[in-house]
Amino acid sequence: MVGFVRNLGARFLSWLAALGRATVLWVRAMSGRPDWQDVGLVVKQIYHVGFLSLVIIILSAFSIGAVLALQFYTQLARFGAQEAVGIGLALVLLRELGPVVTALLFAGRAGSALTAEIGLMKTTEQLSSMEMMGVDPLKRIIAPRIWAGLISLPILTAVFNMVAIFGGMVVAVNWLGADAGGFWSGMREGVEIWEDLGKGMVKTVVFGLLVTWVAVFQGYDAPPTAEGMAMATTRTVVISSVLILASDFLLTLVFYGEF
Amino acid sequence: MRMRTIEISVGGFVLAGIVALIFLAVQVSGVNTGGASQTYEITARFDDVAGLRERAKVSMAGVTVGRVRSIEVDMSWGDAVVTMEIAGEPGNLAADTGAKILTEGILGARYIGLSPGGDEETLAAGDEITETQGALVLENLIGDFLTNMGKS
Repeated sequence: MVGFVRNLGARFLSWLAALGRATVLWVRAMSGRPDWQDVGLVVKQIYHVGFLSLVIIILSAFSIGAVLALQFYTQLARFGAQEAVGIGLALVLLRELGPVVTALLFAGRAGSALTAEIGLMKTTEQLSSMEMMGVDPLKRIIAPRIWAGLISLPILTAVFNMVAIFGGMVVAVNWLGADAGGFWSGMREGVEIWEDLGKGMVKTVVFGLLVTWVAVFQGYDAPPTAEGMAMATTRTVVISSVLILASDFLLTLVFYGEF
Repeated sequence: MRMRTIEISVGGFVLAGIVALIFLAVQVSGVNTGGASQTYEITARFDDVAGLRERAKVSMAGVTVGRVRSIEVDMSWGDAVVTMEIAGEPGNLAADTGAKILTEGILGARYIGLSPGGDEETLAAGDEITETQGALVLENLIGDFLTNMGKS
């Protein structure tokens, strides 16, 4: 019994220490003046985490938009309200599904790759040799990746929303035969620029921050073994997914909860 | 991968994001409705607003002409003061315009319907609509119905 409590305490303390290390890592990487010489590095990272994620984002967005439109249409058609597919689709996507699904895909596609890359750099002692040469690996390796994630995720979310609405339109209007005019005008009538689009975009920035932070820290903190790397990659996906969903609930509560 | 290819790809990526945002703002949000065009405020007192919300529609002859800005309660009179934004320049509504709280469909959202007046004078910004009719509350209707049933 004593051993159990002791074990619990030790695990809590090590978790707390990891949180502290993660905070120190983030602050040290992001503090100070961003060096304009490093813009090239950020561009390269945006290519890796953003541009290369486009294919999976577009494919998933189209399927999700199509599925949503199909579900909305079959249910709404029972009340003869097929034109409400447009507004339903747009609100669900802009407020919730767009930011959350994009962030989850981003964590799986780009977050895990970030962790593996940084973990391997540490294992093969590239990071310590950089320090030897007088280059700060936090500024040169970590910071560009965090910036790239913060810039890429909102762009990916915007593309996701656009493609998903397009996919929904293809199903509802072109295939099932809802009225195109009602589809678009209902959407324009009911969607507010800040209330729906703006708040969704704030969400996606928060998710981008969380995912890149977790990914970078897990890679930087991974034990330099094959097993440690595997654990770190898994943890990145698990922790960032849970954080995305939990913070989404909190943000929705703050943004849309009426109390 | 050559740096130039990467730069072009990233440029295209950022451009795609900007295009998507503009699409979402213009095509989906309809950014120009009620944005830059001129509005003025008028108020109206209702005995009961039952379920009217801020940003609800204000319509005349079925066409949206404004939005509800704020709803406050006047404790001393016990009625609700609703401030509305009306599109256009002051002077497009007659002074004896009436305001009613209506419902879209049976279960739909509450909105304010303006009925046209015949007065030569017009409402200026900040004026109050005097001829108002509050929301029909189902419980009150049933109550009235039952008491009338009892009388007859």
